[in-house]
Parts: sequence; structure tokens; C-alpha cells
Amino acid sequence: MADALLQTFAVRKEFGGLVAVDDVDFIVPEGSIVSLIGPNGAGKTTFFNMLTGVYKPTSGRVIFADEDLTNRPPHVFTQRGIGRTFQNIRLFQNMTALENVLVGMHTRLKGNMFEAIARTPRVRHEERDARAVARELLEYSGLSHKDREIGRNLSYGDQRRLEVARALATQPKLLLLDEPTAGMNPQETAEFTTFVGKLRQDRGLTVLLIEHDMRVVMGVSDRVTVLDYGEKIAEGGPLEIQKNERVIEAYLGSAAVTS
Amino acid sequence: MRRRVIAGVGEGWWALLGTFGLTRARWRELPRIARRAVKAVLWLVVGLLLIAFLGVWEWSALAIAAVVLVLVVPDYGRITVRGRRVGRFIVPAAVLVLAATYPFYASSQGDVSPSMPQLPIFGPVPQMSTMVGMAVFSIMALGLNFVVGYAGLLDLGYVAFYAMGSYTAGWFASSQFSKQNVYFGAIGVTPGLTGFHFSIWLVLLMAGIATAVIGILIGLPTLRLRGDYLAIVTLGFGEILPQIARNGDNLFGTGFNLTNGTGGITPIDPPGFGSWLHHHVGLPANFLTLGTNSDRAFFWCALILVLLTIFASSRLRDSRLGRAWIAIREDEVAAAAMGVPLMRTKTWAYATGAFFGGVAGAYYASYVSGAFPDSFFFQISVFILCMVILGGMGNIWGVIFGACFLTYLNLEGLSNIGGWLNNHFGPGGSDFELWHKTLDVPEYAYGIYGLILVIVMLFRPEGLIPSSRRAAEFHEGVHDQPLYDAAA
Repeated sequence: MADALLQTFAVRKEFGGLVAVDDVDFIVPEGSIVSLIGPNGAGKTTFFNMLTGVYKPTSGRVIFADEDLTNRPPHVFTQRGIGRTFQNIRLFQNMTALENVLVGMHTRLKGNMFEAIARTPRVRHEERDARAVARELLEYSGLSHKDREIGRNLSYGDQRRLEVARALATQPKLLLLDEPTAGMNPQETAEFTTFVGKLRQDRGLTVLLIEHDMRVVMGVSDRVTVLDYGEKIAEGGPLEIQKNERVIEAYLGSAAVTS
Repeated sequence: MRRRVIAGVGEGWWALLGTFGLTRARWRELPRIARRAVKAVLWLVVGLLLIAFLGVWEWSALAIAAVVLVLVVPDYGRITVRGRRVGRFIVPAAVLVLAATYPFYASSQGDVSPSMPQLPIFGPVPQMSTMVGMAVFSIMALGLNFVVGYAGLLDLGYVAFYAMGSYTAGWFASSQFSKQNVYFGAIGVTPGLTGFHFSIWLVLLMAGIATAVIGILIGLPTLRLRGDYLAIVTLGFGEILPQIARNGDNLFGTGFNLTNGTGGITPIDPPGFGSWLHHHVGLPANFLTLGTNSDRAFFWCALILVLLTIFASSRLRDSRLGRAWIAIREDEVAAAAMGVPLMRTKTWAYATGAFFGGVAGAYYASYVSGAFPDSFFFQISVFILCMVILGGMGNIWGVIFGACFLTYLNLEGLSNIGGWLNNHFGPGGSDFELWHKTLDVPEYAYGIYGLILVIVMLFRPEGLIPSSRRAAEFHEGVHDQPLYDAAA
């Protein structure tokens, strides 16, 4: 197996008395596509939020590219190369598509406020290049000619695409997608699945996705991890997981296993 | 209720016009310029009639109307020169020219020019001293706009920055520290005067930087909070700093007189350009020697400061930092996840806002020649916030309009209105006596501002001249749900 790009050791999150994520050890090998699945309320999104610094784990460690990022603020995770999308779309609703992507490039640009006021040649070039890159990204994500559209006015599918474009703008090594196909119709879902595969090929990205649609999961993943009640109950290749008794039990109830 | 009122008035209006053959559909078919011209002419005619019958008529009113017409009607925004949209600068440039030449056509010998018409109720056009106040408060409102308008952080303690700026001017351009004797480019100071005496232009910069530092110090602990909590804490700091000013004449019982207590620091040195520039370029050596013309000089310099503030505002808004501010305002969690460092970015907004507050405070201190603790109450914070909200959060022109209008009301307008009301309806009034004791309208200033704010919030929550983005937010809302430990 390739080296681990992201690794967690006994990561745990408690909200008051509720253990949302219970000592999960987890690995995302470099260059792979890993899926995180589990029934509703299994703690997937909480776990995700800890992988991006939005939540701080109660205990345990998060290691990314051999660096311990536990307890660092979210923007450090982004700087080091973790880009993400949100389960409920969280675009900057009143900014244009282009501006959304430009915000994503924040950590990759350098101009400080004094240069911005003086608009030095360096800042001018940087801004121009940034805009060009942002337009390219929009096009790559299937949003050509929508750069001036206000985020809120985009169609649902386009908003999802814009979220991905914005995440790509942070120049991630690891892309975290939180239920990217939620609300998509089968055709859009199929397109998106192809797109994720393309991301790995074109950009050498490692992808971690939370997904409910088993066709997507089984179609693209190299590895699947299953969470239930905050615990990791299974891990392995897609075929293995499909046959795993504990997984079937978690999804369909124990009756499904015994019958 | 608001929708019903507006719709009701609108329907009635169109029904009336329809009887004359002008239906809504026909009106819509007219080109935009024609519609704007008709509207502008109608309003101007109403205004001129009001001046002619209820105010004081001067023929210059026609000239004013003509200028307004020329500025308002054509669609300047579309004018391009070699693909660059230079047209959008035409109106601001014209307004700037009108403002800069204001002392020539609207004032004479330090008083309001008799050739200007007078509005009913509001009375004469603003005096020069009011114009200086309007410019200074424009700077302050633009400063607060960085915090409230761009970054979306509710700051109820902005007066602290105003106070800090004023006192910095007090410390470095007066005889407050009588044991010291340091001169650096000071103008018009009697030789042998003790204390720090730095050139006011340098003091402005020092005040800005000192206030920005205070802004960062206040910001570091407070900006981790969100929304209402932040507002309360800033309110606290807005009270603490002026309290220190009020009680700082014997700091920690050491006998060290930092702020001269309730007496305030006065006099503060006036600005000026020194004798060398006076002889060679003709700039005034010292503003106070100009006599009745000194307000003019103060006004022009304030105007230049306003221009610099506008420049910095618009450049920053369109920069990487400005985008980050707006992103934070729209969705803090998403902004953090996109790599925007929340604390640092918010602190920059705070420091930038504080900087301009400090500069404005120092300049005003030099203008009124003193830093008095009585001018730094909580009301001022709310007053400046009102300017930003009334004009339109996030929009430079809106904020300036709000600042000018409210400052005018505060310094001159309300007492003019009061005078008019008393003359007509007060004791021995010319129309009929409604009340028998002179009404002191400025007394009710904050009640009136509150009322204005309530009306604006009801009918136009995005402000009078909103930024398009802000308008959308008010009507569609933003979905910024907090996630617990996202503050970092």
C-alpha cells in the first residue's frame, strides 16, 4: 500500500455526554479514493469536520502528510492541502462564482493589505493570474461562462460543482467531499462519479468522500470505511464491505443477517 | 405592513396616472434615460416650488437644479474610453469638484453666502464648520464600514477609537506633558511652550497607527466571539476607554496626569504647512492665522483625508483581503475551510477601521483644538453606526451620504428645524401657537435618529444607497449557521 497521506489515531469527539466519534483509527493512502459510509447519525460528518479542523477532537491525533495538525485552526488544514466541500452547500451566496473561487485561492495568494492599497505591479499580476486560474477551474468543473453569476442564483447542480471548484482552488492534495451527490438525479450522479475519477487522474488528487449512494461508493472507491454509532465497524475493499455482516446489520438490521 | 403600504401607494399613484392616459405599461416602454429625466424634473420642480413659496428664493436655486439634473439623468456608467469604463468616475468626480468649491459659492466671510437659496424647514445650506464635521464623520463612518459593512462584525464601541485618536493628538500636539519639551515640525506654537509639539500631519499618522494598535489589542480577545457577544464586548471596551480618559488625570494614584481628567486636553496645535511652503507654494503657514477663512482650509484638508479613505476603502474591498472579509461575513465556517485565517482577517478589519477612526479623531481634535472626554459617549458609537446603516452598509457612497446627512442634522439641521418650528408654531408663532414654551429640538436628537433608523429598517433595511450584495443579503438572507469550535 502507498504511504498514508492522512492518518488518524484514536480520534474521539464528545458533545457533552454523547460520543459522536469513538476512537477511530483511519488511513487515507496517497493517490487513493476512499469512501466513508454509515447510517444516518453515524458520526461521518463530525469525523469529517475533525479532519478539516472545523471541530477539535476531544482526544486523538490527526496526521496529514507526516505533520500533526491536531488542534490547529481550519485554515492551517487548508494551507497544508486539505480541500473540502460541505454536506449542505455552503457557498458564499452573494458573491459571484468567480469570487467564490478566488476566496478559495486565498492561501495561495500573497498580496498583503499595503500592497493592495498601493496596487503594486506584483499584486496586479497576481490578481490577473488568479482570475485566469479561477476561470480555468470553473471551466474544468463544468461552469464555463457562469463566472459572473451570483452563487445563490446557480442551479443546485451548479452550486455543487462550484463548491468543488472552490475546494480545488485551495490547491489541495486531499479533497474531502461530503455527500457530493446528495440531491442529484442518477444521470448527474453518474457524471459526478466520472468527474471524481478524472480528478485523481488529471490532478493526482487523493479523494475522501462521504456517500450514501452505494453505486457511487462501489464504483469509484479503492477502500471503504464504515462508521456506526461513532465506531469504525469495518474497513476494506468495496467487495469485502458488501459482504461484511456487521455492515449489513448496521444498514438493514440484524434480521437481514440471520435470515 | 411595509409591503402593503408601499404597494397601496403605488397602486393609487398608477390609477391616478392611468386616468391621464399614462399607464404603467406605457411608462415601462419609455427608454430608461427618459424615465429618469421625467422623475428628476418632477422632483426638482417640487423642490423649487418648496423653496419659492416656503423657503427663501434665490436665482442660484435654478443653477443648483440644473447641476443636479445633469448629474442624475444621463447614464454615465456606460461611457467607455478604449474599453475602460471611465464613465463611472464622472459623477463622483463632479461631486468632489462641487464639494471642493463649496467654500466659494456657498460661504462668504466665514458665514453662509446670502446668494444661496434656503430650503423650507431646513433653512440655509450648511456652514463651513458643519462641512468640516461632515467630512470628518465621513472618515469615521468609512472606518466603521470596514468592520461592520465589509467584515460584518457588529462593533458598538467605535467611539473608543475616536477617543484614542483625539487623545493621541492631545498628547503629541499640546502642552499636556509639561515636563517634556519636544518640537518636531509644529506650526504656530509660541516659542518656549512646553510639551510635545509634533506636526499635525505626523500626528494624524501617529494617531492612526496608535489607534490601530489599540484596535488589535482590543480585537485579539474579543474577535473570537460571534454576533451579539462581540457587540456586547465591544460596547464594553467603548465604555472603558472614555472612562480611562475621564479619570486619567492621576493614573493609578501615581500623580501622573495622562488625560487631564474631565477638563480634557486643550489647546491642541492647529495644522499648517510652515513658513517655507507658505513662501514658496502659497499654502497657509498656520490655519489659525487665516481668521474667518480657516474653516475653509480645515475643510479642504479633511476632504483630502476623505479621498484617501475612499481610495483605501475601494482598493481594499477589491483585494484578496476584502474578498476574505466578505467571505467571513457571508459564512464564517466556509471561509475558514477555504483557508481564510479568521482571527487574522478579522483583526485586520478591526485595525483598519480603528486606523481611520484614529485619524479622524486626531483631525477633529486639532480642529476644535481639544480632546474633551464629554464628546466620547456611547451615543457617538451608535451615531456612527447609524450613519453606516442609514446610508447602506458596505457601500462607500452610501456610508458617506449617511455620515453627511446625520452630521448635518446633528450640528445644524436639528436646530434649524427647531427654529423654524418655534417661529411658526411656538410662543408668539407666526402661524398659530401650538405650544407655549420654546421647543428645544436638538434635545430630542437621539430620539429623532432612532426614529429615522426605525423607518429605514422598516422600509429599506439595506440602507438608502446599498451595495448590491448587501441588498441581496437583506432580502434573501445568509445561512451562516455556527459550528461550535470554528472560531480559531
